[in-house]
Amino acid sequence: MKTLDLFFRVVKQDLFLLVCGVFLIVVVSLAFVGIYFTGYTYDQITDASLLPPSYAHWFGTDVNGHDLLTRTLYGAQISLFVAAMGTIVSLTVGVTYGMISGYAGGRVDNLMMRVVEIIYSLPTLVLVIVLVTTLDGPVASLLKSTGLTLFPPRLVLIVLFLGLTEWLTMARIIRGQVLVLKEQAFVQASSALGQSHPRILWQHLLPNLSGLIVIYLTLTIPAIMLDESFMSFLGVGVPAPLASWGTLVSDAASLINPIKLYWWMLIFPGGLMTLTLLALNFLGDGLRDALDPRVRK
Amino acid sequence: MTALILRRLVLSIPVLFIVITLTFLLVRSAPGSPFASEKKIPKEIREQLEKEYDLNGPLWHQYAQYMWKVGHGDLSISTQYRNRTVNEIIAQTLPVSVTLGSMAYFLALLFGITCGGWAAIRHNEWGDRSLMLIALLGISIPTFVSAPVMVMIFAIKLHLLPVAGWGSPDQIILPAICLSIPFAATIARLTRGSLLEVLKLDFIRTARAKGLSEDAVLFRHALKVAILPVIGYCGPAAAGILTGSIVIETLFGIPGIGPFFVNSALDLDPFVTSGVVLVFSSFLILFNLLADILYFVVDRRVKLE
Repeated sequence: MKTLDLFFRVVKQDLFLLVCGVFLIVVVSLAFVGIYFTGYTYDQITDASLLPPSYAHWFGTDVNGHDLLTRTLYGAQISLFVAAMGTIVSLTVGVTYGMISGYAGGRVDNLMMRVVEIIYSLPTLVLVIVLVTTLDGPVASLLKSTGLTLFPPRLVLIVLFLGLTEWLTMARIIRGQVLVLKEQAFVQASSALGQSHPRILWQHLLPNLSGLIVIYLTLTIPAIMLDESFMSFLGVGVPAPLASWGTLVSDAASLINPIKLYWWMLIFPGGLMTLTLLALNFLGDGLRDALDPRVRK
Repeated sequence: MTALILRRLVLSIPVLFIVITLTFLLVRSAPGSPFASEKKIPKEIREQLEKEYDLNGPLWHQYAQYMWKVGHGDLSISTQYRNRTVNEIIAQTLPVSVTLGSMAYFLALLFGITCGGWAAIRHNEWGDRSLMLIALLGISIPTFVSAPVMVMIFAIKLHLLPVAGWGSPDQIILPAICLSIPFAATIARLTRGSLLEVLKLDFIRTARAKGLSEDAVLFRHALKVAILPVIGYCGPAAAGILTGSIVIETLFGIPGIGPFFVNSALDLDPFVTSGVVLVFSSFLILFNLLADILYFVVDRRVKLE
């Protein structure tokens, strides 16, 4: 994999990016493996309510006596899962759309880019809130009838619609690059040799786009993570008993009062979330500076 | 240019039409009734209420009646806050949101451009690097994390500013700052990046060779060109501030349009939801058009399509 090699070369060259990469790996492994070694489960309710951090509870406990470390790691699972799945949706739509638009060119391209512009000028997150709250019921019965009860309907909706709102930038960038690539000799040669358009797109253009895709992938993940937690904070995101970072911060914010500060409930989940977003943004930025042909000096 | 602006405005009508149709139909076809949210009410009363609100009969008929009213500038009556028309609700809450939003917008532009310019002329010095680190942190930290942290520090611990509320001038400071942070950070990065590019161009060398002071080169020549990406970001920034203000208004208990919208979407209030979506969408479409016009006025190389 040429792209992955390039990816690792860039990350190795820059110590700071390496730190970010390692940090992300640690967060992911803590969220999916480390959570089983905290000594508590995420839904274990105890009398030890609202305790500050201590040896028994490193991050303290919340209103219901949940161990906050376990809750934070559980929130990380959900937030990371939604971000990863949403990014796959956004990637599929964005890359396909951008490639078709750029490759077709002319009137089709014009129309497709006009559509992107229109969606750009709409309050997409507001529309996602409407879609998620109204389609909750119908999707629930749909999932029940097909026997897919593994995921709650609202989680499926969030992944789907956040993926469907964050593909615009990807589509624009891919389209721009395809416009350049399709004029190059190797594309014209394969066209002259009688290769079909889908094959040219898949075999010749896609590999040449992989660098760009990796860069904007790293920048789409934090964007979707932020959107998801924004919605969860407002109570229209992941449903209880699931909890994402947004839900945890929302719990903390509802307890703010002038008499007693439950700072740990805010600082730990909010801090871990901020650091994760920061690491992802750093990585995306660093990769863009190193790999994007249009930014390279 | 007038013809082009007119064409964009005309084109926005079908878009708004689709958006409001989609919202109304979605809310009305969702299971559950806008009147059955809190307590069980007898079937007869519910039917009577539905009749009063023109929400009885087949869906297309409800839709037609609603669109007829919208076409006449009447956004109907809220089913959630009885006896209040949607027009009234919007007229009361929108000015609050606009005040907060424009304050945040102003702060974002002011701090973003100043810090970005400051960092660019100190390229690669520690001042530049630390400022850019802070900027990336500003982009990464969600407003619903930074806002409670700032409330804890500045309102509860230091007693400098009120915790929440709306009405007196000191109550706008904290929410406006919190709301502006990510956008100020993005604008700072944009300004810095583009100013660094512009400062390398030939006309800057010429300006310096003429013997102009560094300040004159920066403010009168470089910044005029370097500001273009910031103008390009005006539209997306407005969209971000609009959605961000929903969180900030909820957190600070500000009587803006945001909390109304979230509650009405959850309670399936078809009229408030559709009305607010309509207002938000028209506002953003108009704002994007203005930003494009501004871009065109500043940069004559661009054709307004």
